[in-house]
Amino acid sequence: MGLIFEGDNFSAFAEGFLRTIELSALSALFALLLGFVLAAFRVSPVPVLRWFATAWVTIFRNTPLTLLFFAVTFVLPQLDVHFESFTVAVIALSAYTGSFVCEVLRAGINTVPLGQAEAARSLGMGFGQTLGLVVLPQAARSVISPMGSVFIALPRNSAIAGAFNVPELFSVQKHLTEQSYGIFEIFIWIALAYLAISFTINALFSTLERRLAVAR
Amino acid sequence: MSTRSASVLYDVPGPRARARNLILGVVGALGIAGLLWYVFSSLNDAGQFDSLLWSPFEYTAVQQRILNGILATLKVFGLAAVGSLVLGSLLAAGRLSDHFPVRVAATVVVQFFRAMPLVIMIFALYQAAFGAQPMWALVIGLALYNGSVQAEIIRSGINAVPRGQSEAAYALGLRKTQVMGLILVPQAVRSMLPAIIGQLVVTLKDTSLGYIITYPELLWEMKLIASNSDGYPYIPVVLVGTPLYILLCLALTGLAHWIESRGRRGANRRTTPAA
Repeated sequence: MGLIFEGDNFSAFAEGFLRTIELSALSALFALLLGFVLAAFRVSPVPVLRWFATAWVTIFRNTPLTLLFFAVTFVLPQLDVHFESFTVAVIALSAYTGSFVCEVLRAGINTVPLGQAEAARSLGMGFGQTLGLVVLPQAARSVISPMGSVFIALPRNSAIAGAFNVPELFSVQKHLTEQSYGIFEIFIWIALAYLAISFTINALFSTLERRLAVAR
Repeated sequence: MSTRSASVLYDVPGPRARARNLILGVVGALGIAGLLWYVFSSLNDAGQFDSLLWSPFEYTAVQQRILNGILATLKVFGLAAVGSLVLGSLLAAGRLSDHFPVRVAATVVVQFFRAMPLVIMIFALYQAAFGAQPMWALVIGLALYNGSVQAEIIRSGINAVPRGQSEAAYALGLRKTQVMGLILVPQAVRSMLPAIIGQLVVTLKDTSLGYIITYPELLWEMKLIASNSDGYPYIPVVLVGTPLYILLCLALTGLAHWIESRGRRGANRRTTPAA
């Protein structure tokens, strides 16, 4: 198990670990922004915007992430768009995760019964009040748990970036494997790193869920 | 009246709101058309609609390649789907077991494999044991990961059956196996099916990880076609390959909806129709 402390393995490992976190955090941010915009389109009263968002979500949810990485890695250079591999990875991960965020938000809004909004309006609340005081707070609660699974999946999905030249944990695994260390030992170390990440996110979301929970 | 007469988010539009929506719709349509035009023209400027780049798709050898890729993808998907469902049922049974050690073991396995990136697992399997047969590394990796997810789906499905059902069964003197097999599982299956098939769609998409361990599935074949043809037609290949994946996934999703609507025909008539 000591392979991690030999030579400069540890610095490579630590760097990969930080890169995975950086990649996931940036993609999470952009995915959230994109997801909000798409969800707003999907529930908007304007049919054109609804169709656009539906088409976007259908395409990106049903395309394998590897294919998406493949596409942005090989297609962009042919159009004379040259980004760093890290930027390319953020684009692919955000576009993919954003469509899942959109679906979660939309489902959350749909769980709020129509009667709630009708009751709010009949009490004389305006559009802003209905939305801000009645509908969105209820939607937010039901969204947290599925949002948690989307964002726990994100660092896991980010491992694919390692196959497309981003120096994160999967590249560390490949790099160490080439140096003929024990495959199982390497796997254990990489696994520990991912377990740490996913348990942290899990803890974060279950705290959030507990804080916002309402006794019914 | 439109079919979407009311929403939680906004009132039924009056004349002014309808006019505003129309304007927004026109602006939105123009924006989308502009976006599509921009994509099309930048592809066109880069000469990506050149017949040279698209000619490889006329060769039977290339068509055969794509077909082989689809078949290889479906083969791995079939094996992994069966494997993950079997493993998922076993693990779910383990997690619902009355014996503490069995429960702990199943929980640890499920949590571990659910938290592990599939690429990491498949790559380790490929390097450790299946260097010559990447297909089995892919199948085993997919079955382990998706099996753990399916186990959670099955477990929560069984837990979602109302408590009174199992209590009544125990009160009638059935044993645990009978309660499970005769009472809980048949009721749970109906509610679980959409989630299970949803996870199968994920399995299908993840078969593309075979690309990373050089298993010749659809994505790998796509790359080979692109890198072996004149002018490196990556963009035409992506434009052909992506719809194939999307169609495969949509077909599976369609199956899920169909099964769901069939299930609703029978005993579940009490459930209110979707609004």
